[in-house]
Amino acid sequence: MSDSLVAGLDQTQILGLYHSLVLTRAAEERLEILQKQGYLTGEMYRSLGQEAGAVGAAFALNRQTDGTGDFLAPTVRAAGALFLFGGGLADFFRQYMGRATGPTKGKEANVHWVDFQKGIIGPVSALGTMLEVMAGITLSFKVRGESRVGMVFYGDGASSTGAWHEGLNFSAVQRCPLILMVEANQWAFSTATRKNTRVQSFTEKAAGYGIGSESVDGTDIVAVYEAVSRAAKRARVGKGTQMVELRYYRRLGYAQHDPQDYIDPDELAMWEDRDPIDLFKHRILEEGWAAESVLHKISRRAEEECRLAAEQATGEPVPDGPEAAKGVYTDTITQHPWTRTDGPYRRDSSELNT
Amino acid sequence: MNHPAPEHLKKTARGESVTLLEAVSEGLFEEMVRDDSVFLMGEDIGVYGGAFKVTRGFLDYFGDLRVIDTPIAEGGFTGAAAGAAHMGLRPVVEMQFMDFISPAYDVLTNYIATSLYRGAGPMPIVVRGPVGGGNRGGPFHSQNVEMAFFHTPGFKIVYPSTAYDAKGLIKAAIRDDNPVIFEEHKALYRAPTLREVLPDEDYVVPLGKARTVREGSDLTLVTYGAMVHKSVEAAEKLEQEDGVGVEVVDLRTLLPLDEDAIVESLKRTGRVLIVHEDTRTGGIAGEIAIRLNERAFEWLDAPILRVTAIDSPVPYAGSLEDYFLPQVEDIVTAGRYLAAY
Repeated sequence: MSDSLVAGLDQTQILGLYHSLVLTRAAEERLEILQKQGYLTGEMYRSLGQEAGAVGAAFALNRQTDGTGDFLAPTVRAAGALFLFGGGLADFFRQYMGRATGPTKGKEANVHWVDFQKGIIGPVSALGTMLEVMAGITLSFKVRGESRVGMVFYGDGASSTGAWHEGLNFSAVQRCPLILMVEANQWAFSTATRKNTRVQSFTEKAAGYGIGSESVDGTDIVAVYEAVSRAAKRARVGKGTQMVELRYYRRLGYAQHDPQDYIDPDELAMWEDRDPIDLFKHRILEEGWAAESVLHKISRRAEEECRLAAEQATGEPVPDGPEAAKGVYTDTITQHPWTRTDGPYRRDSSELNT
Repeated sequence: MNHPAPEHLKKTARGESVTLLEAVSEGLFEEMVRDDSVFLMGEDIGVYGGAFKVTRGFLDYFGDLRVIDTPIAEGGFTGAAAGAAHMGLRPVVEMQFMDFISPAYDVLTNYIATSLYRGAGPMPIVVRGPVGGGNRGGPFHSQNVEMAFFHTPGFKIVYPSTAYDAKGLIKAAIRDDNPVIFEEHKALYRAPTLREVLPDEDYVVPLGKARTVREGSDLTLVTYGAMVHKSVEAAEKLEQEDGVGVEVVDLRTLLPLDEDAIVESLKRTGRVLIVHEDTRTGGIAGEIAIRLNERAFEWLDAPILRVTAIDSPVPYAGSLEDYFLPQVEDIVTAGRYLAAY
């Protein structure tokens, strides 16, 4: 391990962060091309301006591929976190194109997919639900005494739902090791945050649940990484549910169909000047962490990865129609590899190290 | 083990009879002992032992990580059950009254029922609780909720009418990898007539299998839950007073529906009357009628009829609720009409 340059990150990690950022943007730009070419089945979503929030947060967690690591429930605007958790680029494109070869075999869309080994729990469209589900997943960590945490992303709009409240309150009361990432991108579709809540910062809501919280500049990837590292550490040592608010801006419409004609162009211009990739690139160069040619090479590599993955997915088949009737019920008893049945019958929270 | 098993949960072991409620309790208890991944969540199920005391003594025995008193948030804790199920646990969620399942409708139908199909894995969850009228509970403590979920692919729906079935079905439901809605009729919970001595051995009643309660050759009553007992009463009356041989089929599981059992009975009797306590429009009678129409039209000697609750909220006053609920006389009247058709 080489020396820390900032926040305990060495050069390899810094460049890893940079790669994830540019990869996320390149993947979504590739999606736009695929949509224009008519390949996408449904809607497409961009996270332009929010990439650092997703990447910085996921980078702070323990990502494994054998079912033993932390868990992530992303949103469509946290694709960067999904990729870091091992969600494949080709699968990403397959999902958007409804391919039979994708993780949900064409039955579900975009980032809505699950990979237990990698700790990925894709969301459903109803907002707030994943807070409830992730409360249950992290409850299992607590019950089994595992040193694992969960991370769930939700935007400003989701905070208005009953499910958001019920899930967060349950998680707080049970002291579940869950980190809620609030994507405070100032918009819920076309509805401004001030029409969704009276609070100035979502950390005010955290206080109402009695949980720890931090608010961080969501365009500053190092700051995000540091804040989430602290939150994860608190959650991991039994201090219960945490919230990290990411302050940034949704620079494109809700989805591709949304022309975003309701926003103030000056405000948008201001946030365009705070592009998370540009900011990080300038910092890397200014601090001398890497040369421009190295960053350029990383960008080219990310674009090439996306081009190849998209090409692969595009050539693959869609599912046969009759597949629609399969997989509603299972009558086989499946034993999850992580099911533990050797524990004591009686389990008390007083026996936990919290 | 820090705590001895509660005495009141050992009645079957002592050879004593149990009520339907005690049968559910024993079933839950035995499954929790058998499988460490089974745990309970719900309102007031721990310290208080549940509004109807189904889980009395469980908290002391299993501890508060397996018997979790939740905030009053049915959506929240049902969603948490989904997360726990993802991780290989087998949650049993109690609705204090099944009327209160509606806040969890979103997560149940959108998340839990679709999970397997979405490739997100099986959902071995049981959502159970008291249902049904006759106890003067009014609109919000008396409903039957089966048809709110019957329409959603992915669920199984269970509704026992006897102590034996209740214990065998709750065990089968817990062991099933699909999400199960499990309805327990309040009027049957402590009904003395339903007391029975159960086998002192581990048994399950398979989901999706109906039971022929009594045989007859002239008319089939298809029913479930508390209406099984009213139907049997009506059948005896029809037999004694009119000489009509009445077969009573207890569905036990509504989803999957034991279509074969209903068709076979129709082929024996030629006449079918469907009896359910749930309200009329959109009740299960409609679904059964169309399935018989599809599969056994040629065997019908009379139209398929139904006796159900009326299409209204469940009223509070006794006189109103008695009018609302199907009564034995209603079944007899309809049965008489069909037998003479």
